[in-house]
Amino acid sequence: MNDVAIAGVAQTGHESRKDNMIYADMVFDVVTSALEDAGLTLDDIDSVVTVSNDFLDGRTISGMAVGDASGGQDKNISTVEGDGTFGAFYGLMRVLSGYGASIVVAHSKGSECDIRYVTNGMFDPIYQRLLGIEAISASAMQAGEYMQRYGVSEEQLAAVSVKNHGNARNNPYAHLPMDISIDDVMKSRPIADPLKKLDCGPVSDGAAAIIIASPEIAAKATSTPVWVKGVAHCAEDYMIGDRDLAVPVALKDAARRAYDMAGIKNPAEELDLVELYDAFSYMEPLWLEGLGLAEAGKGMSLLEKGVTTMEGSLPVNPSGGVLSSHPVLVAGLVRIIESVLQLRGQAGERQVKNATSALAHGINGPCGQSHCVWILNKDK
Amino acid sequence: MENWKDTVEIITQEGQIAVPYTWWVGDTGSRFLMALRDEKKILANRCSECGKVYVPPRKNCGQCFVDIDDWTEVGPEGTVETFTIVHFNYPVQPVKAPFAYVLVKLDGADVSLLHLVRDDIEKLGKGSRVVARFSENRTGSILDIDSFQVIEGK
Repeated sequence: MNDVAIAGVAQTGHESRKDNMIYADMVFDVVTSALEDAGLTLDDIDSVVTVSNDFLDGRTISGMAVGDASGGQDKNISTVEGDGTFGAFYGLMRVLSGYGASIVVAHSKGSECDIRYVTNGMFDPIYQRLLGIEAISASAMQAGEYMQRYGVSEEQLAAVSVKNHGNARNNPYAHLPMDISIDDVMKSRPIADPLKKLDCGPVSDGAAAIIIASPEIAAKATSTPVWVKGVAHCAEDYMIGDRDLAVPVALKDAARRAYDMAGIKNPAEELDLVELYDAFSYMEPLWLEGLGLAEAGKGMSLLEKGVTTMEGSLPVNPSGGVLSSHPVLVAGLVRIIESVLQLRGQAGERQVKNATSALAHGINGPCGQSHCVWILNKDK
Repeated sequence: MENWKDTVEIITQEGQIAVPYTWWVGDTGSRFLMALRDEKKILANRCSECGKVYVPPRKNCGQCFVDIDDWTEVGPEGTVETFTIVHFNYPVQPVKAPFAYVLVKLDGADVSLLHLVRDDIEKLGKGSRVVARFSENRTGSILDIDSFQVIEGK
């Protein structure tokens, strides 16, 4: 891949209800901050990609409603309806096709609607939607399948929630920094078995923006550039009954292609940190298996051996992950932003020492139907 | 610094996107829903390339990228592949919690059908045998299968 840099990043704090900002205010804030972070101006930008969902926003063509706030006035602006990592992929492709720099900005306010109606709407209207199925129940079935297949217990998965809520204590942007125990997770309210309240990420309000730049624009920027070394995404079957929910085949494919592009032979050795989309506690070990960092069914062993803790050789979700902050759609872009901050050495209390190479990951669709994998590096 | 909320009232606007739709189900789907409604039968179809039996039936096989026209009947019994007992309510659910969602591999099918279990949910487990119970009043909908009934314990 030709050289492409991430030159600027910004996010809002993620919280349960932002009553002082409408969508456009959040978008304006993060776009302004990302430009400031990069030391660039709107004149350096010739491509804008917004990320939003019409049902979440309660308006059609929701991207256009933040056109002005995103810096898209008189520019080539387009929208991705999906996770922020996929929006960033589109922004990246535009730079690779000759644009100088893309702003990619994602926003969502879960507080303004009932997310269950929105995720119910992603299922087939004839065969599935009338059953009331939505993201949490579908994920609970995936968790059950994974646990049954490999003999993983609820207590084991609770440790992921303890780690990630704990990591969030060092992240000023996190929605739910928490000092909790496995017992707290086990005693939290049952939602959909085996998932309990503390196995589930919250639904947050938030926004995030990044600036993806050609080497020429990156050279103008005053920030330390982080380079995109590999990126790929892949999707599997639409109907959840067609899938083997305990084996994330789309993630395996996306990871393999992203590693190949980045020239990574041994990801466990060559990566310094991973930021993945852990909307539910079980997702962390399952996605680690998909990423080839653990064998099938052995994802939990990495945490149990201390590998994925802040002190381990491959910290996973130093930010606290999606379990502690879940602005839907924005959350994938936040994984990229956290990776950039880590590689720049700007992650404050949660800084991973000597971080050179990071993996950021996002998902779309029920139970991780599609996955997007980014490999980022300090060096070109 | 002065808190803006001291001088500004927070005003919210209520609304919803409520668009009525009339989705044509298509020939493959209509045949499936007709069989549920008129014959209390669960129809599936088999890809002639890979042999996979799909339920609900598909017009095309996404793997082989070919038309499917080989019809077969599956179920009404099947095996639970995975399930969840749901503890919360919201208006789209057709039943009150607690109830269970199941992915059922119907006898003769190669993929699982998503549906729900109302009764004996405490007896559900991976591998449980279940059978479709049809609704009294059937209208040509997936809810013409009222639910699945547990026929064996764990």
